[in-house]
Amino acid sequence: MKDEVQTPEDRAAGLKGMGCSRKRVEDVRFTQGKGNYVDDIKLDGMLFGDFVRSPYAHARVKSINSEEAMKVPGVVAVITAADLEPLGLHWMPTLAGDKQMVLADGKVLFQGQEVAFVVAEDRYAAADAVELVEVEYEELPVIVDPFEALKSDVVLREDTVDENGKATDGAHGPRNHPNHIFTWEAGEEAETNAVIDSAEVVAEETMYYHRTHPCPLETCGSVASMDKVTGKLTLWGTFQAPHAIRTVVSLISGIAEHNIRVISPDIGGGFGNKVGAYSGYVCSVVASIVTGRPVKWIEDRMENLMTTAFARDYWMKGKISATKEGKITGLHCHVTADHGGFDACADPTKFPAGFMNICTGSYDIPTAYLAVDGVYTNKAPGGVSYRCSFRVTEAVYFIERMIEVLAIKLNMDAAELRRINFIKKEQFPYQSALGWEYDSGDYHTAWDKAMKAVDYDGLRAEQAQRVEDFKAGKTRSLMGIGLSFFTEIVGAGPVKNCDILGLGMFDSCEIRIHPTGSAIARLGTISQGQGHATTFSQIIASEIGIPADDITLEEGDTDTAPYGLGTYGSRSTPVAGAATAMAARKIRAKAQMIAAYLLEVHDDDVEFDVDRFVVKGAPERFKTMKEIAFAAYNQAIPGIEPGLEAVSYYDPPNMTYPFGAYVCVMDIDVDTGVPDIRRFYALDDCGTRINPMIIEGQVHGGLTEALAVALGQEIAYDEMGNVKTGTLMDFFLPTAWEVPNYETDYTVTPSPHHPIGAKGVGESPHVGGVPCFSNAVQDAFRAFGLTHTNMPHDHWRIWKTANDLGLHG
Amino acid sequence: MIPSGFEYHRPADVAGALSILQEHGDDARVIAGGHSLIPMMKLRMADVDHLIDLQDIDALKGISIGTDEVTIGAMVTQHELIENDALAQAVPIIREAALVIADPQVRYVGTIGGNVANGDPGNDMPGLMQCLDARFELVGPDGTREVPAREFYEAAYFTAREDEEILTKVIIPVPAAGTGQAYEKQKRKIGDYATAAAGVMIQTEGEVCTATSIAMTNLADTPVWCEAASDALVGSSLSDVDCKTAVMLALGDIEPVADNRGPVEFKKHVAGVILRRAIDRAIARASN
Amino acid sequence: MSKMHVKLKVNGREVEGLAEPRTLLIHFLRENLKITGPHIGCETSHCGACTVDLNGKSVKSCTVFVAQAQEAEITTVEGLANDDGTLGVIQEMFREHHGLQCGFCTPGMITRAHRLLQENPSPTEEEVRFGMAGNLCRCTGYQNIVKSIMAASDQLNAQKEAAE
Repeated sequence: MKDEVQTPEDRAAGLKGMGCSRKRVEDVRFTQGKGNYVDDIKLDGMLFGDFVRSPYAHARVKSINSEEAMKVPGVVAVITAADLEPLGLHWMPTLAGDKQMVLADGKVLFQGQEVAFVVAEDRYAAADAVELVEVEYEELPVIVDPFEALKSDVVLREDTVDENGKATDGAHGPRNHPNHIFTWEAGEEAETNAVIDSAEVVAEETMYYHRTHPCPLETCGSVASMDKVTGKLTLWGTFQAPHAIRTVVSLISGIAEHNIRVISPDIGGGFGNKVGAYSGYVCSVVASIVTGRPVKWIEDRMENLMTTAFARDYWMKGKISATKEGKITGLHCHVTADHGGFDACADPTKFPAGFMNICTGSYDIPTAYLAVDGVYTNKAPGGVSYRCSFRVTEAVYFIERMIEVLAIKLNMDAAELRRINFIKKEQFPYQSALGWEYDSGDYHTAWDKAMKAVDYDGLRAEQAQRVEDFKAGKTRSLMGIGLSFFTEIVGAGPVKNCDILGLGMFDSCEIRIHPTGSAIARLGTISQGQGHATTFSQIIASEIGIPADDITLEEGDTDTAPYGLGTYGSRSTPVAGAATAMAARKIRAKAQMIAAYLLEVHDDDVEFDVDRFVVKGAPERFKTMKEIAFAAYNQAIPGIEPGLEAVSYYDPPNMTYPFGAYVCVMDIDVDTGVPDIRRFYALDDCGTRINPMIIEGQVHGGLTEALAVALGQEIAYDEMGNVKTGTLMDFFLPTAWEVPNYETDYTVTPSPHHPIGAKGVGESPHVGGVPCFSNAVQDAFRAFGLTHTNMPHDHWRIWKTANDLGLHG
Repeated sequence: MIPSGFEYHRPADVAGALSILQEHGDDARVIAGGHSLIPMMKLRMADVDHLIDLQDIDALKGISIGTDEVTIGAMVTQHELIENDALAQAVPIIREAALVIADPQVRYVGTIGGNVANGDPGNDMPGLMQCLDARFELVGPDGTREVPAREFYEAAYFTAREDEEILTKVIIPVPAAGTGQAYEKQKRKIGDYATAAAGVMIQTEGEVCTATSIAMTNLADTPVWCEAASDALVGSSLSDVDCKTAVMLALGDIEPVADNRGPVEFKKHVAGVILRRAIDRAIARASN
Repeated sequence: MSKMHVKLKVNGREVEGLAEPRTLLIHFLRENLKITGPHIGCETSHCGACTVDLNGKSVKSCTVFVAQAQEAEITTVEGLANDDGTLGVIQEMFREHHGLQCGFCTPGMITRAHRLLQENPSPTEEEVRFGMAGNLCRCTGYQNIVKSIMAASDQLNAQKEAAE
């Protein structure tokens, strides 16, 4: 079809730009098993590393004897803290301003902690050698309860007390006990207490958001290759933030940053598990330097679950006050945060409790106060943002449960209580009582749409009938309606208050147009399944007017990609997506000048039309982007450099605030505790929607991870610090059989400060999904007197709830 | 993840397998489908110096359906059990139970012999075989013998099989025509062992119950054949009270332990619920 | 431990090698043969990322010793594309219906789906969910995987009909 015949709509469609459900370019290799994950990397002479790990949760390490291990054929070295100490690498800094042992230095603090690193010709020899390393332990008392930790005489972190046994200051200020890490506050304590004390109605609840784990299907790993000839270290790894890893490796190893190339190849899921640095990465680097050969380290699943960054483990105490008509007047939240043996939490530096202060949620709450106390225990170090921005899952769970608890206190319908407290559309941008400026939202429209879609009144009527039938002995199944209206806070973030280890949380995009009109773009982010190579090209296609299919998009190689802070916390679209649009606009601005030159008019006399610049008022006179691209390499234009490329480093002015309305209908078999998810409706507002197919996929995935967390997935410890759920036998990952079909819906409320109005969506379904599933379970028992019961709602706990309420007759 | 080393043997017949077992005693183990043994070896919880692969031994394969008895070779897989229509006609509860074992991949490889022989309290076939009053054929250096499933299990991982014997066949009496059969299993997800499971067979003549067999799984360190509960239903009219009594008696025979699936109290309660549902379904399916 | 000589057929090609009997089939495929489509996601035989087609059966290759696979015929996801390098029907439908995100479970999923559709060429949605329950996914929530497989079954049946 000749250009002249195509309508602008046809031309736009041909670009496969924003709004198009473009099929993914990644799928061609993945469906053929031709992905390139870290464990697929094989280099000549490559060695394999494996850890000796502590069976004890708290113990002194008296001696390590690797004599027998070294006799195993193929074993090259056994590295301990003593070997790392001269290099200053036996400890490494954490993202939370703490430090963490790379290998056990005198003692171990959690079950599975790394004690020695065996390096061998292959993984079978390494595994045999690991069994033969003899470690002498002296067990110490174990603390797995953070409240007990704050009262105990047992000092977990001897490196954080002075010679009198007093706690030294931590990264976030003074500590009131050796096992205390930090106190972080937001809001107005006195004012909030005053409001609550004088309120007409107050509801209080304590809730535990249990410890769980992101458990991506691919475990963590790295391949380190130190080239002694060039002095260059190449490090492949499961890194959600490759540039940050490069800078950190440089700082701790002393190797200059220009001599380090970090590559994140294909990553099999991240969900926050792959943000921080692990001992395995450091040990593989050291082993490569020491042996002069590449060294690969790939953890197995038990190691992943037991020792890499966990999620949640927040004890939250809430008080919410309201008028008797249901208007919320105040919110008080205190959190005891269990960080395990080292505070390795992946948060921006100034936020040791992440964005927990989003816990006023979607509601217009005039005064609030939050205090978080971080605590050390004998558990794996962390926490991490498991598909939750930073602690937003905890915050949203907290407020969405407090709303339910308040509704019960007021004897009110929980949907109505939400509705009368929603921040109103005209209040945006909205200053929350705990310090955030929410960019945009239209909560009432979204809520009403959701209520209508599920016939909420009909559901309540059905539920009421079911309660009657249950009481009359006609059924043993209770019906629960779970509600959740969440406001997320993603897109970290403005450099002035968001940094990771001092690196501002901007992000970047670099675009270069080739003479024949196609392009290459590179970003500072790294997809772990989100489809960036497909979607960011769509942004460029719409902004510049070249087909997405003509754009190669790369991430993850720090030698070529512009500096960025990586992908987690749903930040790619808000930050790198903005950088992409800005870089594209710089190119378009130059293209405009080239077009004007070619058309022999002033710059202002041409305007952009999908894939070309046309002369205003004379649409038959135009230059396509393809023609302009060639001209950039071909023409000598006064005042304009040859070439057509741009880079943008984008410092976002604010976070973005996606939101959504979720409804879950559940039928619960009271006698077995087995829940059946009858229906799940999810309405998401992520602002401008780049690729609807991918958004839907993100929602399905996030909701399924939410189902898992709410209905059974936990990292549980016994009182000796033994992990009880360290394999996939007991760590609940649902199969296709346990997961329902989801109905997805949407509204669009663009972000006013984002160049394309997009907010990001990857984590919203997980953040909003967990309280929705949990509320469904708990709502089923509301009519029988239940106010709150903790997750996870696995069969036996649902059964116990019923049992405690006397429902087993 | 990596098992320790072993010597691999693949004998052509039972005699060959036996001679290797005799030669190496404790250091040798047979492998059928491997989906119980290999995971244990990978966690280094099972130390095997000599692995005897039974896959080439024809005598261990095949399903033969007779009028009174069904004979199933130890190496028959769960998948083969499910796919065999004649078996589904003769003993329908076997297909029903096999479908709730593990997942499709495991069922392709996991064998009935492996499932009944190793004494894992979580496996479903042992309880089912007790319900069916099956017999296991054991072949050893001293000859061939049969042990009833109801006498085979002594404790977790301890059975009546001597170290040098191989379980070669499972012999199952064909239930009388019109016998109602049901296998009911509660689990956390597909692939999990039972939180509680029950196999029930009920024969009726008119309104009266003439024969019953009840067995429970993963509620003690062995499968539990509930003789008292089974007897209590015989001669009854299978009323609600009769069924409640049977359930109560069965609960007296089980000894569940607390684990990640839940505490003892929960398991006992759920065992009763699951058993009752199995009884109700068996009754509904009984025809006479 | 001494090595044994193993011979098998993988994706239509005769291959052989030396390996300790304890070598897991997944490692023999990935390390000895450099066939890296099947992946390792756990060590307790739960996740299914290592699923291959072995003598016409869907098998978790992490729970098979290469010694047991002597003389076996194995197909991995790499063997499911067309000879001219274009995507096979199942692969194409996974792409069409967004049945993958990070791609790590995908080789196992597609290899299992291939066998599932041989077992049952016209499965219901419930049968697909039941038949795929041996393969875990963390990204997709399964819905689009099911959709992809249902679409593949439609396509394959249509192709069969057209051929008749």
